[in-house]
Amino acid sequence: MTFTLDGHDIPFEPGQTVVQAALAAGHYIPHLCYHPEFQPHGSCKVCTCTVNGRTATSCTTPASEGLEVASETPEIQEIRRDLVQFLFTEGNHFCPSCEQSGDCMLQAVGYELGVVTGHYNPLFPNRPVDASHPDVLLDTNRCILCELCVRASAQIDGKSIFALSGRGITKHLIVNAESGRLGDTQLATTDKALDVCPVGAILRKRTGFRVPIGRRTYDARPISQVTVEPAK
Amino acid sequence: MNPERPKRKLRVATTSLAGCFGCHMSFLDIDERLIELLEHIEFDASPLTDIKTPGQCDLGLIEGGLCNAENVHVLLNMRQKCRILVAMGACAINGGLPAQRNHLDIRDCLQTVYLTGVGLNRGFIPNDPELPLPLDQVHPLHDVVKIDYFLPGCPPPADAIWQFLTDLIAGRTPQLGHGLIHYD
Ligand code: SF4
Ligand code: SF4
Ligand code: FES
Repeated sequence: MTFTLDGHDIPFEPGQTVVQAALAAGHYIPHLCYHPEFQPHGSCKVCTCTVNGRTATSCTTPASEGLEVASETPEIQEIRRDLVQFLFTEGNHFCPSCEQSGDCMLQAVGYELGVVTGHYNPLFPNRPVDASHPDVLLDTNRCILCELCVRASAQIDGKSIFALSGRGITKHLIVNAESGRLGDTQLATTDKALDVCPVGAILRKRTGFRVPIGRRTYDARPISQVTVEPAK
Repeated sequence: MNPERPKRKLRVATTSLAGCFGCHMSFLDIDERLIELLEHIEFDASPLTDIKTPGQCDLGLIEGGLCNAENVHVLLNMRQKCRILVAMGACAINGGLPAQRNHLDIRDCLQTVYLTGVGLNRGFIPNDPELPLPLDQVHPLHDVVKIDYFLPGCPPPADAIWQFLTDLIAGRTPQLGHGLIHYD
């Protein structure tokens, strides 16, 4: 069984989504809220493709025989750039002082798409930093609301420490404690929730900037290569 | 570089607004390529020439964002004088490190820095009329004027600056590939 992606034949197994089959076949489709170990979420829209002529999120589209998927068209890349620029300007992303820089998926997708400016007028929101946990820092200025920590904490750690609250531009990450502080939760350093944040919102303390510039995840190779050939 | 293109040298102005001069340092870091560059460009107003006000220019490179009224004044003048205006570096593009005060009240900032901070004795908030008034928030350049090109990085690597300028001089749209686009 195959479908086509930008003219390439992509084999798939029943149950796979377009993104899963594409990545397995060595074809990168930009994505942020998709993570191979979790149910697709379909919220960031960065994986948007044209599927049989209609735009759809490829992380939630089941692969099926004969689908025609277009990913790297100028129109689709422009949509993705816009989405990434929204994320940059809705939050506070000061990469030079961010511990995640060089290992950050948002940044790497920006590089991949050739994003050189936030383009929109930045909102400079006032968002909290929570340093109350002894081993973990939560900086919501950089949160892109992908719900990966929410999913990991609920589904794997069995703790439901994170959730999203509010709607539209007021949507934000909250912590499940009466005080609202991470230090008052059962979050442990072994929690899966600590390893899934695609950006620099959830960080282990005392580990930042250990890897020198030049040797970070996306320094030598772009995310399109790192994702499909991670071991190289 | 395309040798046929510019018979006339491009006039280039550069300035640093709310930046740290790191982008200018990175510019100088193109090293001996500066000599080759000078066959194609000549500097107008710039910290490198110490000329303060720009004449008509082909290209303006601006480092730093807008943190006070004078920055805005200089930017508006650069926009008037330069055919192509480039936001160079993180601060020009998104406010950068200075913009990390944007969620703080400017009055509280000034009071903490000059009046109530640890170790201050009989401090006062500077009020000399020559001092430009700070803005309540730091802004990227494109909040105020049209910017033609963006050259990211903190600072942009010398190789990115070189690539960018040689593309422009040759009349191409600058293209920075992987390794030359950096936000840090
Ligand atoms: S989270 Fe990523 S994009 Fe945001 S500041 Fe950190 S490195 Fe930059
Ligand atoms: S903290 Fe990280 S993982 Fe959690 S929603 Fe925000 S960006 Fe996603
Ligand atoms: S990766 Fe598909 S919507 Fe986010």
